[in-house]
Formats: sequence, C-alpha cells, structure tokens
Amino acid sequence: MSTTAIDREWRRYTPRERLGRFALYFGLVFAIVVSLRTVQVIPEFLYDAHEQMADLFKRMWPIAWSYYPQGVHDALIETLHIATLGTILAIVMALPLGLLAAHNITPNTGLNYLAKLLLVSSRSVNSLVWALLFVAIFGPGALAGTMAIAFRSIGFVGKLFGEALEEARPGPIEALKAAGAPWTSIFIKGYWPQVEPAFWAIALFRWDISVRESAVLGLVGAGGIGMAINAAMDLFQWERVALMLVAIFAVVIVAEIAVTYIRTKII
Amino acid sequence: MTAVIGPSGTGKSTLIRCINRLVEPTAGAILFHGVDLAQLRGPALRATRRRIGMVFQEYNLVERLTVMENVLSGRLGYVSPLRAWLRKYPQEDINAAWELLDAVGLTAFSNQRADALSGGQRQRVGIARAIMQRPELLLADEPTSSLDPKTSVEIMELMASLTGSRGIPVILNIHNVPLAKRFAAHIIGMTGGSVVYDGPPAGLTDHHLKQIYGGEDWLE
Amino acid sequence: MSAAAQARPPAFLPNWPVRLAWLVLAAYVVYAISILDITWGRFVLGLENGVKFVGRMLPPDTAADKMALMARGLYETIEIAVIASAVGILLSLPIGLFAARNLMPPWITWPTRLFIALCRSFHQVIIAILFVKAVGFGALAGILALTVASIGFIAKLFAEAIEEISLKQVEAIRATGASFMNVITYGVLPQVLNRFVGFATYQFDSNLRNSTMVGIVGAGGIGGTMFAAFQKFDYDYLLTILIAIIALIMVSEALQNWIKKLYQ
Repeated sequence: MSTTAIDREWRRYTPRERLGRFALYFGLVFAIVVSLRTVQVIPEFLYDAHEQMADLFKRMWPIAWSYYPQGVHDALIETLHIATLGTILAIVMALPLGLLAAHNITPNTGLNYLAKLLLVSSRSVNSLVWALLFVAIFGPGALAGTMAIAFRSIGFVGKLFGEALEEARPGPIEALKAAGAPWTSIFIKGYWPQVEPAFWAIALFRWDISVRESAVLGLVGAGGIGMAINAAMDLFQWERVALMLVAIFAVVIVAEIAVTYIRTKII
Repeated sequence: MTAVIGPSGTGKSTLIRCINRLVEPTAGAILFHGVDLAQLRGPALRATRRRIGMVFQEYNLVERLTVMENVLSGRLGYVSPLRAWLRKYPQEDINAAWELLDAVGLTAFSNQRADALSGGQRQRVGIARAIMQRPELLLADEPTSSLDPKTSVEIMELMASLTGSRGIPVILNIHNVPLAKRFAAHIIGMTGGSVVYDGPPAGLTDHHLKQIYGGEDWLE
Repeated sequence: MSAAAQARPPAFLPNWPVRLAWLVLAAYVVYAISILDITWGRFVLGLENGVKFVGRMLPPDTAADKMALMARGLYETIEIAVIASAVGILLSLPIGLFAARNLMPPWITWPTRLFIALCRSFHQVIIAILFVKAVGFGALAGILALTVASIGFIAKLFAEAIEEISLKQVEAIRATGASFMNVITYGVLPQVLNRFVGFATYQFDSNLRNSTMVGIVGAGGIGGTMFAAFQKFDYDYLLTILIAIIALIMVSEALQNWIKKLYQ
C-alpha cells in the first residue's frame, strides 16, 4: 500500500485554537485602528513636538550641581527611607496574605479567593493613587508616602510569595507530617527553607521598584524628592529639575547594583 | 522486618501510607496496639504519627537545611515550634543525633546542606531521621528504588541493623524480590489489590511469584 | 560507648553575618521611623481621618453625567495603552535586536543599550511630565511617555532573551546561505517569540495600569478625571472611578490569562 496516497495534513493548532488566535489578531488590529482614529491628538502639537523637547532640554542645561546639598540631598535620603520602610511594612502585611492565598497551605478555596482578591486590588491601584488617598488621610509628608508604598507592594509580594509556596516540593512536607510535627513546625522547617531564596529575591526586587516609585510620590505631596521636583517645576527652575532627575537616576543605578550584589550573596 | 511485594499499582504504597494516614483509608480499621488508627484526628493523630517513623523513596529531606537539622527534624513531633525555630533541642536529643550520625557514617557531614549529598547518603539521613523519633514502628516506602544495586544492599543492611538492635519492627514496601527475601523475616505478596501470600521468605516459591507478578520471563 | 562526654563540634553553626544583618535591619527601622517623623499620635489621628474619609467615599456616586465623563476617561485610557503598547512593541523588536551582543557588533549594541537604560530609569510619571511640558496636555504626552517606558522594558528583556538562545540553530540557518533577514526570522525568532509574547502582554497590562494615572500630571486618560475629583473633594465620585479602574485591570488580567492559554 502506497503511503503517499494518504493525505496527511499537519496541523499545528486545533481548529478551535486557530479561531481563538484569529480572533485575537483581529481584535488587536481593530483595537489599534479604532484607538488611532479616535484619540484626541492635536496635530499641531505633534508637529512641533521635537522643537518643544529641544527647547526643554536647552533650559535644563547647565545642570545646577551646586543646588544639591541644600535642596536635594535630604529629599533624596527621605525618598530612600520611604521606599525601605514601605517595603518592610509591605512584607510584614503580605506574608499572612501569601499564606492564605497558597492552596497547599490553606486548603479553603474561599479564603484563597479572598486573599487573592485583596492582593489584586492592592496591585491594581497605582502607587500614585495610593499616595493621594494617604495624603488625604494622613496629611502631606513621608508618612503618607510610606503607607502608599506599603499598600502598593503588598499585592506584588503576596502574590509572588503565594506562588513560591505553591511550588514548594511536597515530599519533605510529607515527611515532616509523617513524623507528627505540628503545623507551625512544618511551616518553619519544611516550607520556609524551600521558599527562603525566592522570598529574599522578591523582597529585593520590590525594594528596587519601590525606590523608583518613591521618587515620584512627592508630586502629589507624599514626601521625598518628588516634592522638590514639583516645587522646582512650578518655579520653572529646569536646571534644578535636571539635577534632581540625575540624582534619581544615580540612586536607581546604585540600588540595582546593590540588589544584584546581594542576590548573588544569598541565593 | 516485614516486606510487602507486588507489581506496580497494586496498592503496596497505599497500604503502607494508610498506616500513618498519609493516605486516607475509605473503609476498614488499622489496629496499632489496640487503637484504631483510621479513626484518629488532630492532636491524637499527630501523637501517633510521631511514634511511627517513615523512610521515603525520594528521601524527602529538606534540601537547604544541614544534615544535622534534617536528622533532628525527626523530633519535631516532640519539641514545641518555638524551640524548633530557635534550634533549642534538648541535649539528649542532640546526643542521640550524634550517635545516629555515627551509626550511619555521616558524622563528618553534619553541617553540610542535604543537597550536597549523594542519593545513598541522603537515604542514610532519612533513616537516621526516622529513628530519631524513637519509633515503635518503622515504615519504608520503596526505600531502595532510587538507589543503585550496591547502595540498595547497604541501605537495607543499615536499616536491618539499626532497627534490629533497637527492637523496632519494620514494614517496608519493595519491588526487588531478592532483597526482600534476603532481609525480611516475613513476606506479604500482593496482586490486584489483595494479599495472596503471607508467610516466611522460605515459603515464597516461583509459583507464588508467578501468581503475584504474572509472566515468567523475569524469573531467573 | 564511653560514659565521658565526647568532644563534639557544635550542632549548629551560628551564622554571624546573617545575625548581624537582622540587627542592622531592626536598628534601621527604628532610626528611619524617627527620621520620617512618624509618631504614634499622627498615626492614630490619621486612622480617625481615614474612617471619616472612607465614610465620605461611600456610597459611590453614580450620577449619569459623571458616569459619562468617566466612561470617556476610561476609553481614552484604553486608547493610550493600546497605542503606546503597539508602537512600543513594534519599536522594541528592532531595538532589542540591535542590543543583542551575540548578534551585533559592540559599536551598535553599546549605544542601543544605553538608550534602553535611559528609557527604563525614569518613572513613567516623570517622563509623562516631561512630555506634557514638551507637547502639551492631552493623550499624546501619555502615549509618548508609555511608549518610551514600553521600549525600556520590552527591548531590554527581548535583548536578554536573544542573548540566551542557542547559536547553533542560527549557525545552521546561516549555513544554508540564507539572507540576514531570513536568519533572523527562521533562526532567532522561533526561539524567542514565546517569551516576547509574554513580555508584550505584561507590558500592555503595565501600560494599562500606568495610563490610568499619567492623567494626574495632565497626560490624558482617567487619571485627570480622578485627580479633579480628588481636588474637588468629590470623594464618592473618586470611589466610583477607583472601582472602575480596578475592574478594568481585572478584566485585562483575565484577558491576559486567556491569551496565555491560547499560546501554550
């Protein structure tokens, strides 16, 4: 029997998948086209945009280095404090939520959903919005900023921590259960050693992001260098703004280097 | 030492795991010193579990902890979580741990992480951990299936000598019949989910093995 | 077994660097709290305020004209996210390729990587402010800002993915005498396309979240509406907007999961 007579069609995806993919592509293109047509962009602004940007950069030069000690340094340090304290507070609040969200630790699906809902809400609200809320509650200043960073970070830390817990190998846990250990001991000696590297990686990662976010919280009054930027912009002191941007850039780079270094040490 | 033998999927592992309730029995009773293990819950279950030690096929050590910590985790059913966290185990437990490490030949590795050890070494730690519980019964779920032939024999000898000298009965689940016949005083053969042989190794003939495993080619 | 106690090494080696680190951390927390002028009194006062605040937010305002305003704002937000993602993704493909050190010579990769680093370093809001000052208020500034942010993220990860591919496959394609573009299409892309799709969907989600608040600095979208409500003390309207934003993001996440399943 000749095998060439049998027509074998190679299909990479089932018909249903193909339909889904097609729908996706179509939806994407549709969304883009509709957006382009309906977005309100004033063409004149677009045409002289590059001129405006050049003008802006000209005003930023020369950078006002001398302003650093009096106007920038303290604000920068305050920003770092906000980021660090906020991250620490977030970790403390996120740990129980992460435990609740992990199905192998909390078998109750209802609690899992509740915890995940809280975590998603924390992530969905932008840190600036959190900052607005906390400024309204606590008044302007670093306290609002710290709380904002904390509440924003809970979702991030909690979700990743919960996922790390769910990926823990069940074998050692089974062994400790078989030895009759109470649940707390199983967690301390069984789960925690497995998730510890992931935990620190998550904490460091989040701190890194928080440093960036803390820099802008001041724009809405929540402390840190953002407030200095706001003040300088209102007075059109663009050279000072440039200085602050450079300062933020430097801090972010230093933070990344520090985080990379610490990660290699503890993993 | 009692060995349960049988083909894969016949329920040997399930049988053993029902004893310490890692698997929930759907019907029947498990009598241990007159107490029905199938009915226990909560603290009573935990209290019974700590009297029963278990050795696993995949060793099930906590990889990132040291050998000493893994051995001592056999006492977790007896120390409070706080003391466990602070690593304040009673001195007699620590002494016992050192003795066991000597007995399994891993004293030099006491401060190394468990994932730095070979398979055979890890299983020794597993055995030491189970015996740290000072158990009244030792269960073993295919303890040699992940090991090479030479190491398998060493592990079986180790288990036999440690449990023999301490008077701990062992129920183990194994698919290597020669090993079972060599070390076990009693053999239980299972097939299709039910027991078809229950007696001494000497009485285990080829006829029984055919009944248990089916086919002839694998018999020497 | 000798009755005399044998000399044994300690059962657990104390990990001094780690203990020191914890001490430093605890000391830092105390220090930082005092520096930031966070006192218990302020905190308690804040909580009281918070309760009042929440009281004013409930029940959420659903008046018809406000909902229409909000709908327009949300729609603009989605537009900004879609366009910024599309443009960002398109630009990231070549930029990421140019930054891959295993494909391109250093005189191309270094400037490209520097450019990508610049795009990443600044918070989207800061970039948005700059664009607002440059091109004026409105959606354009938001689009430009998020495009820059997208490039910073996608191009970097894309370049890293390319650097991790097996060059053997590329060599094999090259050995068939294929043109440069074909080598890219058949040798490089198949290996990295999956991850690229992952980055792209993540960035779209990120853009959607960020486009909700670039409006606070005037770059279009619902952020502007929200900020206006905040400044007018229209807290119940603010709550409506917040709920809408959260709902939007949840829908987007569900969509993302669906897409991921499709591409597995």
